Parts: sequence; structure tokens; C-alpha cells
Amino acid sequence: MRIGVVTFPGSLDDTDAQRAVRLAGGEPVALWHGDHDLQGVDAVILPGGFSYGDYLRCGAIARFAPVMTEVVAAANGGMPVLGICNGFQILCESHLLPGALIRNDHRTFICRDQVLQVENAATAWTSDYSVGQQITVPLKNGEGGFVADAATLDRIEGEGQVVVRYVDVNPNGSLRDIAGITNERGNVVGLMPHPEHAVEDLTGPGTDGLGFFTSAVKALTSV
Amino acid sequence: MPRVIVDVMPKPEILDPQGKAVHGALPRLGFDAVTDVRQGKRFELQVDVADEATLAEVHQLAETLLSNPVIEDYEVRVEGAEVIA
Repeated sequence: MRIGVVTFPGSLDDTDAQRAVRLAGGEPVALWHGDHDLQGVDAVILPGGFSYGDYLRCGAIARFAPVMTEVVAAANGGMPVLGICNGFQILCESHLLPGALIRNDHRTFICRDQVLQVENAATAWTSDYSVGQQITVPLKNGEGGFVADAATLDRIEGEGQVVVRYVDVNPNGSLRDIAGITNERGNVVGLMPHPEHAVEDLTGPGTDGLGFFTSAVKALTSV
Repeated sequence: MPRVIVDVMPKPEILDPQGKAVHGALPRLGFDAVTDVRQGKRFELQVDVADEATLAEVHQLAETLLSNPVIEDYEVRVEGAEVIA
């Protein structure tokens, strides 16, 4: 299974995401922000970092990168797309996911091992988890506060579109402790924490994050 | 050449951590009269003519790139003229 990882100017975690794909049994494919080409991949990851220096708003300029035309079309066609941290911000700016991410309510950058509870184990990226399962993955962001109007929050809660929620600590002021969400179809997932940093015992708090990548590899293999 | 101003502000119901930080610093500087601060962005767009077609384009630009309608409101005006929309 070939999973593309897009590199934007300012992406940081693209090689970590590629490594996570490889450890999950997939074949990572490097994609370039300036190309109108997905190279025939079966899924796409938008990695963490600070695309375009976070100028204007996080993800606002990356949304209009050439490759995003293809990513948006593929996502609307059902291709699995995962946005991690900056990738989540790009997915919200692209309107592939509802809501937006704003500066942390405490106004400081935060970096910690974060406990999450899986709320939806039916998406393309979370089928290897079970509902209610608690996992620990690193979180690092300055603008990770998830916001949306009350009607949107009620809707995504009602439709089961909350994928992961913060446990014990709400690290950035996200409304209703929301750490990650999916679209109605369940193929597009975005989250602020970094599962790609928890795929090996040597580095990070454990291997709890690997499930995101093995889920996609299995989902694609079974098609 | 006319200049079109686009002001972008966080929606009233959206938390504005930057404005709060600025407001928090005011008492330390001895400014006690200010009861709240909201921080936004101002864009100055140079155009050849500020006619209806150009302003329609600016509105589109403001909605798609300069602001995120989920969390921000914007205002467009030609410098020196009344606020349009």
C-alpha cells in the first residue's frame, strides 16, 4: 500500500510520518507541495510543522498549494487522508473538516505526552483501535485550540465525528476536549497530537500511535 | 492609485488569546482605562481602480484567503471612503 506524505515549505514531521508508514507495513511516497501529482498513491498524510511559516493563519496558504487541488479532489472521492497538527489545520482551512484551530488559550506552546480516548474506531485511520481505548502520544502545538460554533459541535458529536478526545488535561483550550475529528464519510481524519512520534519504543512514550497507520494499511489492503 | 483596506477581526464569540495578552500587559504599564482588547489584522491592497468589479474580487479574496469565516469577520473599504459591506 502506497501512502503519500506531502512536504510543504516548513513541514517538519514528514520524514517521521514516512517512517511510521514503513513501520506499519506500507510504502511511503514523498509528495511535493508544488506538484499537481499524487503519484498514484492510495492514501495521503499531511504532516506536522509550520507550512509557509504559519503566515496569515496556520494552514491558510498551504491550502492553496498546487498539490492540494488533487488532495481535496481525492478526499472528496473517498481516499483516506490524515492531517496531523499542521496537517489538521490545513484540512480545516480546506473545508475538508469542520471547525478551526486557534492559538492555545494559555498562550504558550505546549509539548507533552498526552492521553487520548478513542471515540470513533470506524474511520480509515482508527479501525485498529477500539472505542473507549486510551492511548498516549506526544502533543506539541501553539495553535491547537479546536473551535466551532455550538451547532457544528452538536452536529459532529451527534454524527460520531469526534475521533479522539483529550483525557485528564485539556492542553490547548479545545472545545469539548476535542483532539481530532473526521468527515461524514470517515475517510478524512485530522488531529492535533502526533501519532507518528509514538511508533517505536526507542523514541517517544511508546507505540500507541502506530494504530493510525496500520489501520490505513489494512483498510487499503482489504479494498 | 486607490487603496482598499480589509480589516479582519476574530468573531466576538471566539476567544482571542493575543488580545487578552495585550490587555493583561496594560495595567503593568499604568493604563487602567482600557477594559478589553481584541486583536485583528489589517490588509492594505493597492489596486488600479476601486470599481465594483475590483471590490467584488476583493470580497472574494477576503473570504477565501485573508479571513477564515469560521472564526473571523472582515470589512472592506476604500481608503478615505465609507465602509462597504
